[in-house]
Amino acid sequence: MHLSRRGFLAFVGSTTALAQSKPALAWKSKAPSDPLGCLVDITRCIGCRKCEQACNEVNHLPEPEIPFDDPRVLSSPRRPNNTAYTVVNSYSTGKLDDQSKPIPNFVKIQCMHCQDPACVSACITGALTKLENGTVHYNVHRCIGCRYCMVACPFEIPAYDYFDPLTPEVRKCTFCLERLEEGKPPGCASICPTEAITFGRRETLLQLAHQRLEEDPGRYYNHIYGEHEAGGTSWLYIAGQPFHKLGFLDVPDAPLPQRSESIQHGLFSYLWSPIVLFGLLGLSMKLTHGQDKDNKEGK
Amino acid sequence: MHAHPRPIDRPFWSPGVLVMVSLMVAGGLALMTRYIGGLGFTTNLTDATPWGLWIAIDVASGVALAAGGFTTAALAHIFGRRAYEAVTRPALLTAALGYTFVALGVTIDVGRSWAIWKPVFFHNYNSALFEVAMCVMIYLTVLWIEMVPIVAERFGSKIRLLAWLDRTLDKFMWVFIILGVVLSCMHQSSLGTLLVIAPTKLDPLWYTPFMPLLFLLSAMSVGYPMVIVETNIATSSLKLDGEMDVLAPLSRFTILTLGIYLVVRIADLMARGQLGRIFECSSTSISFGVELFIGGILPWFLLLSSKVRRSRRGLFIVALCIVGGVLLNRINVFVVGFSPQTATHPYYPSIGEILVTLGALATIMFLYRLFITFTPVLSARSLKEVSQ
Repeated sequence: MHLSRRGFLAFVGSTTALAQSKPALAWKSKAPSDPLGCLVDITRCIGCRKCEQACNEVNHLPEPEIPFDDPRVLSSPRRPNNTAYTVVNSYSTGKLDDQSKPIPNFVKIQCMHCQDPACVSACITGALTKLENGTVHYNVHRCIGCRYCMVACPFEIPAYDYFDPLTPEVRKCTFCLERLEEGKPPGCASICPTEAITFGRRETLLQLAHQRLEEDPGRYYNHIYGEHEAGGTSWLYIAGQPFHKLGFLDVPDAPLPQRSESIQHGLFSYLWSPIVLFGLLGLSMKLTHGQDKDNKEGK
Repeated sequence: MHAHPRPIDRPFWSPGVLVMVSLMVAGGLALMTRYIGGLGFTTNLTDATPWGLWIAIDVASGVALAAGGFTTAALAHIFGRRAYEAVTRPALLTAALGYTFVALGVTIDVGRSWAIWKPVFFHNYNSALFEVAMCVMIYLTVLWIEMVPIVAERFGSKIRLLAWLDRTLDKFMWVFIILGVVLSCMHQSSLGTLLVIAPTKLDPLWYTPFMPLLFLLSAMSVGYPMVIVETNIATSSLKLDGEMDVLAPLSRFTILTLGIYLVVRIADLMARGQLGRIFECSSTSISFGVELFIGGILPWFLLLSSKVRRSRRGLFIVALCIVGGVLLNRINVFVVGFSPQTATHPYYPSIGEILVTLGALATIMFLYRLFITFTPVLSARSLKEVSQ
């Protein structure tokens, strides 16, 4: 009896430990090999908010309270929300121009369309999927509204219709999937007047980004945000300032699903651990059952 | 030898029951606002902090504190410690009611309550939440199957179907008992896996890849203390014998389970170099300190003393500390320690959220009272019988 109890605890302990000691080996990235993406060159952005407007129109979002041609909203940082899938914020990093005016950096935020998205891994019903073309796609017909995607996203992007009592949706950049399928760039990229957003294959965009960094090292901070962050993202950024000064979140390079999926599959592939545990407990029950009879007869 | 469980011989309506009913009404009204104005109207949830009080208490803590069900079943039915059978029925009832309200808690928290059935048909095997949902769903069924004999014992003679169900299930009951323990081990640990995917958001005082193991071990440690707490509350409010002859020896197992949990927890904190943060003076580190010391280390040392274990009041206070410690751990993981980089202000639950949670707790207690009044759950003798 004592043995079986101890054995039980040791078993649970060792299996959990085992599954956690061998994670990285077994886990495989499910990233598409040649996804589409966008390269945002922050040094080119003039903060015109045309991308916000295009996004609003393509995705049929409600008209904003402050019109898109009003640049004053840029000064206080905003986040994408359930009525705006992309927003532009202005960051002053202390650098001054010729007339000693601070040089603003305009930063566009939207879903990064991760190569191995945490939201897709977390989603309880598979309402979120990573498509071959790179889009992280939301299928509302599967969604139950658990908001685990929002908990999981390291870029803290998905927003929620909190004031819809019965049919709220998770809201985030759609990558203008319908336009992509027609062979067109997303709304924001096609409208950008300064070509701050370049649309193309991720590999091509990475080459382009590296080329710009090499050709003009004085203009750029030597980092491509999204090349490695969260295991790589379809959206990439280059900037003239360190990214943490521009409101970019600190995100580890390892794909977020790696650890949790390794634990899940290590423990529950083919339901091996529940089956073994069931067998051991059944055995213990059978052994002690006989004992109980002895006791009863003894009394 | 313990008396066989039987319905308690008391009038149902008491001042305490009326308090519960008023809390239930208040919670029900708050719940209505959630379905009229949406989650945003009733709760303080935001895009940065999408999980709040309902997930931390109604769901995560509810599951942990219902661990008495599977830990007592394992002890009495699987490891053959028949002497503890006296506490299996109340623990089973608590688990059945607890999990019912976990399921209801999830249903009101998800934005599309009417779509709650979808994970049954749409699967994502990568999702820890999917596994938790499946296990909770099956375990809830198992728990009510295990409740059938108790209800049948009382009403079987009147309701034939119940008696037939009881006879049929009796042959397979061993399967359900083992299944209950297996399912519990699975989802107790997977609840800990939930936040493994969010390393940038959860404070390193709690974030560790060993969270699944820690959640399982803490659930195992809190099982018996929870039985001790609820038996104490039930027997003292109903003037029954305190059952110390069962509870005192039961608490010895907690020395082992809580000890293992604390060793793993502290070793993990030390290995990650976080233990020193106990001296920080932030609300987070204070919450951590209270969880670890008052909710873990202190009661563990107190349990070592047989004097404490044999004193009804001493044992109750120690058990209450452990229950509070695990409750605080779940709150710390899902609320206090959860600080996304874009959160502009910390999340505090709204009045509406608190009312719904209190209402759910009151309903659990109300139904517990209902069951022990009319079905054979408790086997404690009344104080009058003891003195005779």
